[in-house]
Amino acid sequence: MSAPAAPLLEIVDLVRHFPVRNAFGRRVGWLRAVDGVSLAVQPGETLGLVGESGCGKSTLGKTVMGIYTPTAGDIRFAGREIGWLAKRERRAVAKDLQYVYQDPGASLDPRWKVVHLLHEPLKIHTALSRAEREREVLAILAAVGLPDAHLDLYPHELSGGQQRRVGLARILTLRPRLVILDEPTSGLDVSVQASVLKLFRGLQEAFALTYVFISHDLSVVRAICARIAVMYLGKIVELGPTVAVFERPRHPYTHSLLAALPRIGGRRVTQEFALEGEPPNPRDVPSGCRFRTRCPHVQARCAVEEPLLRPLDGRTVACHFA
Amino acid sequence: MAELLAVRGLRVDFATDRGPAQVLDGMNLDIETGEVVGLVGESGCGKTTLARAILGILPEGAARIRAGEVRFKGTDLLREDPGAVNDRVRGRAITFIPQDPFTSFSPVFPVETQIMDLMKWKSPRARNGGGPASILARYPRARHRADREAVLEILRAVQIPEPARALRRLPHEFSGGQRQRLMIAMALLPRPDLIIADEPTTALDVTIQAQILRLLRALVKERGVSVLFTTHDLGTAHEICDRVVVMYAGQEMEAAPTDAFFGRPAHPYTRRLLMSVPSPGGEIRDIPGEVPSLVAPPSGCRFHPRCDYATAECRDVRPALRALAGAHGVRCHHPVDAPAGADP
Repeated sequence: MSAPAAPLLEIVDLVRHFPVRNAFGRRVGWLRAVDGVSLAVQPGETLGLVGESGCGKSTLGKTVMGIYTPTAGDIRFAGREIGWLAKRERRAVAKDLQYVYQDPGASLDPRWKVVHLLHEPLKIHTALSRAEREREVLAILAAVGLPDAHLDLYPHELSGGQQRRVGLARILTLRPRLVILDEPTSGLDVSVQASVLKLFRGLQEAFALTYVFISHDLSVVRAICARIAVMYLGKIVELGPTVAVFERPRHPYTHSLLAALPRIGGRRVTQEFALEGEPPNPRDVPSGCRFRTRCPHVQARCAVEEPLLRPLDGRTVACHFA
Repeated sequence: MAELLAVRGLRVDFATDRGPAQVLDGMNLDIETGEVVGLVGESGCGKTTLARAILGILPEGAARIRAGEVRFKGTDLLREDPGAVNDRVRGRAITFIPQDPFTSFSPVFPVETQIMDLMKWKSPRARNGGGPASILARYPRARHRADREAVLEILRAVQIPEPARALRRLPHEFSGGQRQRLMIAMALLPRPDLIIADEPTTALDVTIQAQILRLLRALVKERGVSVLFTTHDLGTAHEICDRVVVMYAGQEMEAAPTDAFFGRPAHPYTRRLLMSVPSPGGEIRDIPGEVPSLVAPPSGCRFHPRCDYATAECRDVRPALRALAGAHGVRCHHPVDAPAGADP
């Protein structure tokens, strides 16, 4: 891939461990949620971050956001190191980097009208006058597809989908450059999911946004992301263009994930799906390759030597035998 | 195949602040012996209400059954003596797998206590006692021993490693997938004729979901148990079901064998729903409009305000069942006759 020179976000060997404590508060181990992740996000792209629950994808997103401080490693945003900034300096970056929780509607204050909710971020982060703020709020409201009349409503008077739109509008009023979407469609019906995805895509064009799309739903990621990173137990195991990864997965884990995906009209995966067992506890990570305990192609070397990400077939893969 | 369950013209209202919400409006459903039927629909369409109506566990006070019948093996459960239903049907002939394996166990008792409590009352070896169940009732030794053997056997069948040791553990010591395996085991233990599975894999990861679906399908086929599998995920329905019923706002729209349902859907709603599944091509198509209010639902066919084919007729009368080739039924005045995806 001919990558442009300056990525918007660059993560280098990022590590985030959480201490595991016993009943007396003594540390008895580390939960290695993110364990050495490197990736770069180009301006304007949508990078999909997929993996099963507990693989560290949300921790990665939250560490980039500054919700968690990194244990080690660098986070560079628009060429500037942001992982280790002092609180005050970090706050200045917050405007450009926004995080969308699973249900942005649920984070609305029930006692505030929509108009108040939308003005608040502008009051905190910008020095716009009242009239300028009003103009901005109306523009954003139109962009997310809500009528002006909704400004005078309280969140409970809106439907779930409209609340979601208000939540997104709140984030967009600051004109962020990078938006991290954490499971934005999980639990939605397919028809609602389709309208939400459509909205994300429209907003990306209108506001020149860069997305990091965290999801466990591979079919959604396939529809919306150009590049995809597959995580397993705190590490990236495969990273490359979505089309290549979906058509010819090289890592056995990616292969199993795709094989597990129910496909309408195809053969039933329940008849041929082979992956056994469940992901190991991230407190107790297997030696060598982390996937070896469930891998169908495991060999002696996998237990001893940890495979590193290496370029292969237009993407990078961490497997000895890919 | 023989009829096992037939729901006919079921109407259920829920009392709300704004008046009665007509959650089920003339719902029909058929399940034959040994068949896995998928009940597909968006949130709020009444899937769970239907499941609860069949089990007879609608919230008392809030819900009111206005009309219809739930015929199970020839008897109408809605008009049967509640004591007899509790004794012979609920938890025995019809069992339930919940959506959320995390909240369905009590966190303070070992799994064994909870499973044996179930077996004390619902074991196939327990005789139907007359009168209300008493907490003082004894659990005969011999039956306890036999039931425990059956429990261990079924835990092996759902692939719980070291069943005897697993029984002593507390629910939090199991992963989500294992807890759902325990739920499947508990649903199979009373040797039911019908299992109602309410979105049993929504809370699981895809690889675990594939394992659970495969296990569930194998176990019910082996035992000849029927399953009513509610889900909002069409892919899951395709995986596990013999027949799929789609419902919208409390009415059934279409029922067809799985291949016909996905290959040649006739109802405009079904077609729209299938098109909104994300496709590899990247084109995203949603269903315009919003799910209607159930307090003041649209007249006639409840999908008509969002339908491309709607006419005056659709506003006035709910379409009658129209039979298509191969046990495929659709309730639409203007069914589409084309393969899936070939829409304007």
